[in-house]
Amino acid sequence: MERILVGLKRVVDYNVRVRVRSDGSGVETDGVKMSINPFDEIALEEALRIKERGEANEVVVVSIGGTESEQQLRTGLAMGADRAILVDAGGAVNPLTGARIFLELANREAAELVILGKQAIDDDNNQTGQMLAALWGRPQATFASNIELNGSTAKITREVDVGLETIEVDLPAVVTVDLRLNEPRYVKLPDIMKAKKKPLDHIAIADLGVESATSMSELGFEPPEQRQKGIIVDDVAGLVAALKEKGLM
Amino acid sequence: MSKVLVIAEHDGTTLNASTAKCLACAAQIPDAEIDVAVFADGGADIADAAAQLEFVARVLLVDNPANQYPLAAVIAPQLAALADGYSHLLGPSTTFGKDLMPRAAALLGVNQISDVMAVLESHKFKRSIYAGNVIVTIEAPADSLVVATVRTASFQSVGVGNAASVETVSVDAEIPDHTRYIELQAGKSDRPDLQTAAKVVSGGRALGSSENFDIIFKLADTLGAGVGASRAAVDAGYVPNEMQVGQTGKIIAPALYIAIGISGAIQHLTGIKDAGTIVAINKDEDAPIFEVADIGLVGDLFQIVPELQEIIGS
Repeated sequence: MERILVGLKRVVDYNVRVRVRSDGSGVETDGVKMSINPFDEIALEEALRIKERGEANEVVVVSIGGTESEQQLRTGLAMGADRAILVDAGGAVNPLTGARIFLELANREAAELVILGKQAIDDDNNQTGQMLAALWGRPQATFASNIELNGSTAKITREVDVGLETIEVDLPAVVTVDLRLNEPRYVKLPDIMKAKKKPLDHIAIADLGVESATSMSELGFEPPEQRQKGIIVDDVAGLVAALKEKGLM
Repeated sequence: MSKVLVIAEHDGTTLNASTAKCLACAAQIPDAEIDVAVFADGGADIADAAAQLEFVARVLLVDNPANQYPLAAVIAPQLAALADGYSHLLGPSTTFGKDLMPRAAALLGVNQISDVMAVLESHKFKRSIYAGNVIVTIEAPADSLVVATVRTASFQSVGVGNAASVETVSVDAEIPDHTRYIELQAGKSDRPDLQTAAKVVSGGRALGSSENFDIIFKLADTLGAGVGASRAAVDAGYVPNEMQVGQTGKIIAPALYIAIGISGAIQHLTGIKDAGTIVAINKDEDAPIFEVADIGLVGDLFQIVPELQEIIGS
């Protein structure tokens, strides 16, 4: 195929312990390390492997957000993407707006495959890929743990609650990836240098002719209720006694 | 008044327990009239099972050979066609619901509320973000259709004993043929279903191998418990993916959860935070799992588990 589109969202790094601001107005993000959403990194790795197998000619990475998302796109280019598009939206957009943007880009770029992470680890919405597929009128294969391309179709294994489901989809299609699809490569220093020369285009959200969907109002943020630390027993007999006391044995 | 449509989940023959949990969420929406939609090939038994659940006014059965398998691309346009007149569409936050509901929401032109943990008002809900580290209160635009998935672990199943009417309905929707089901590799097990079991025993990376995981299965069988695993144990290949408990696996709320050789990464803890009693067995006394465990036992699991097994078994 000619082209694969991959979405890269800038999110708070996986290892950061996120905290709610003391006034409950949001999440503390000042000075916090930001990274590519880990699921999106897996999506890009898969696209690169498809290209390296000779099954695609070009991998284009897309981010929607503020100028700072250039960092994540540069990382994507260093991993091996051919070019990058930053949709200037000032910040993150809601899933339906994101899906409308990807639809416009998929059409403009004549993408035959759009690979996205199954969810972003900040808002945990798990919506954008399914919404894009709906608006595009194309197949979706969510939670993918294996992708096999066969010309005009793809066979995809999905991680579902009861096991592994395999479906076949016609291309173009949207695939959202799960954790066990692959292990993303590390970026090497020479690749970071090379990535600086690769094209990174900015498109204003207004120039895409996309109408923003109404967001949900966020009325307040709070930390989850903490479980209380319980007791430590000395041995198995103590454990059994404690379980009996709670009526669990 | 709210008119709520709950989308039933099933495997072609049996209604999934997630449906009764979704109904519990729907029943908390003020002044709600609740229907259940069953998309199936045949599906009369499934519809009858749904009709017995509390709070259900009507069951709408959409019987179509295309609905033999739960393909989102096939069901979403039918659901969108059925949505007219409803204020809320609710599906479970299982892989079935997570696949289907956003596709339907997009066809209907609205964003979705993912993973509802609590209902505050008809358009106001709580949900968790950042892998369970933050709870956000959100409000959908007034008068707009609410499409949501329900975190099943946050709700108790509704009871049975109802006798709602079952109506076979036809919907005017174009059903695509670009997505085809091939097969399902399901772990066959007589054990209680992980997502609804009252007791769950889980093993982590400390088990060390797939063979060693047998002691977890044995203990679970003695207790009549379901079996889960940490992401580390699944990634290491000790057990299949469907056993993973945590933010990216299954979020569960058993009365008793026994974590064996699991250190307790935040992603895992998110999956068990609604459990009744958490027991942790781990050789590292500083493991984060002990911060949330009601009962902790520090020691070698390969000595403790067989000993526990023997006491319970006798």
